[in-house]
Amino acid sequence: MSFTQFFQQLMNGFSLGSLYALLAIGYTLVYGILSLINFAHSDVFMLGTYFAFYMITIFMLPWWLSVVISVVLCAIVGMTIERVAYRPLRSAPRISALITAVGVSYFLENLGLVVLGARPKGFPRPDLMKNVYVIAGAKIQGVSFWVPIISIGILMVLLYIVYKTKVGMAMRAVAKDMETTRLMGVNVDQIILYTFALGSALAGAGGVMWAAKFPQINPLMGIFPGWKAFTAAVVGGIGNVVGAMIGGFIIGLAEILIAAFFPSLTGYKDAFVFGLLILFLIIKPNGIMGETLKEKV
Amino acid sequence: MNAEQPLLMIDNLHVYYGGIHALKGISLEVYKNKIVSLIGANGAGKSTTLRTISGLVRSRTGNIKLKDNLIGDLPAHRIVEMGIAMVPEGRKIFPNLTVMENLILGCYIRKDMVQIKKDMDWIFSIFPRLKERTWQKGGTLSGGEQQMLAVGRALMSRPQLLMMDEPSLGLAPLLVKEIFQIIKKINQEGTTILLIEQNARAALEISDFAYVMETGKINTSGEGKSLLFDEKVRKAYLGED
Ligand SMILES: Nc1ncnc2c1ncn2[C@@H]1O[C@H](COP(=O)(O)OP(=O)(O)OP(=O)(O)O)[C@@H](O)[C@H]1O
Ligand SMILES: [Mg+2]
Repeated sequence: MSFTQFFQQLMNGFSLGSLYALLAIGYTLVYGILSLINFAHSDVFMLGTYFAFYMITIFMLPWWLSVVISVVLCAIVGMTIERVAYRPLRSAPRISALITAVGVSYFLENLGLVVLGARPKGFPRPDLMKNVYVIAGAKIQGVSFWVPIISIGILMVLLYIVYKTKVGMAMRAVAKDMETTRLMGVNVDQIILYTFALGSALAGAGGVMWAAKFPQINPLMGIFPGWKAFTAAVVGGIGNVVGAMIGGFIIGLAEILIAAFFPSLTGYKDAFVFGLLILFLIIKPNGIMGETLKEKV
Repeated sequence: MNAEQPLLMIDNLHVYYGGIHALKGISLEVYKNKIVSLIGANGAGKSTTLRTISGLVRSRTGNIKLKDNLIGDLPAHRIVEMGIAMVPEGRKIFPNLTVMENLILGCYIRKDMVQIKKDMDWIFSIFPRLKERTWQKGGTLSGGEQQMLAVGRALMSRPQLLMMDEPSLGLAPLLVKEIFQIIKKINQEGTTILLIEQNARAALEISDFAYVMETGKINTSGEGKSLLFDEKVRKAYLGED
């Protein structure tokens, strides 16, 4: 493989990885706070693409505005799921909540099949994503160039929210000790809603960019990216925001580079990615950024 | 008779954990600017009493009144807004947040930045050791430092009533003394205190009033110093015969 080809693949891997990172944040935030795998998260990602699709094709809105509206709608969907499906089970055994999460996911997917239709739709890509850039002699697709840049921008904003604002501080506190956070005067229910809003907004943004990269959308399109993003969150150390980002990039890069270096294995690339992960978790079960700090009693 | 209205008044509180009847009709009063302590054997229901006041546990019957307001049905975060802060049993500082972040979370409900800054300095004057460790993660503090942080964090909400659940637990004797001095100092600077202590003698010495609990009931009460000489209290809680 020539250097330019390698560079192209690297950018491709980065753009895929940044999308996994965006999606992984939502899993890790919710798991960190509620010890719940929010299976419906990948369906919010899917809905994000449809929201944008209809804004662009039916309401004829400009691309950027459609994305903004889609992100806001995803946040609302995420908060609704929490309020309606998860909050009533807040103190129930985790297995009940988990089953509910699976149920919500199936509900959204099947609702999608009925309302949105099972036939894949072609997603209208903006010109920006269709451009081809020549960098150091390598031809880089617009998506491979812009998606990582936009994603990293969004991830920076997220890190700022989580680590530098009062709400972010409350989120980290709730993740550690819900009851004591209440004693600080924090409305924990509200913080949990914000957490779902934040994770779902990122899933929406990720979904739209995913559709720009792979411009075919269907109601089940969230499932596979969802699994990979969840795995990314586990590899990064579930509950840890920075870990989820790192995990996302690792998986995206691994997936693309395996296919690039071993073209004959392309069909097995998912198996390889997951195999590597199993191996990784055997060696480091708490993930890359897994907690090592012991609490003093 | 005290003509003044109590800051906190609890009337006939009953609390159940599933089938366990943990509080069987607790009534108590805390007057402004006083130190009131709650002593009693393990499992008597001391923590349950404070947890019910702070809204973490719900009573089945009974009233909790802060000045003129019934607060028994408010969620925990609203009770903090009403002016009651708690240092929970076992410190419960946030190990993943820095000392500074723990303190800032303590004043989550406040927006008066200028006064917050002053209160922060006040906390650091009480606990100089915290000042040297503002950027350290809470989980890396020693047990004593964590206790100081838990008290400082509760004070950051500028409560009318500060409740403390065994603040001296697990501390070295010298530090226990220091904590009791600090409690007195905080009280002298205008905060009313409701204190739970295993260390009954030290608690009674600094208390204006005290209640002795036994299996979900209050069985004795009186001025702190007078209970020190009460025959029953001496036998059961001060380890004398
Ligand atoms: N979450 C709970 N579920 C069931 N029972 C509980 C719970 N919390 C406390 N209890 C019971 O209620 C009673 C009172 O407990 P509480 O913690 O209030 O006692 P305490 O006076 O604070 O004791 P200690 O001095 O040991 O801290 C005990 O019998 C305890 O077993
Ligand atoms: Mg107790």
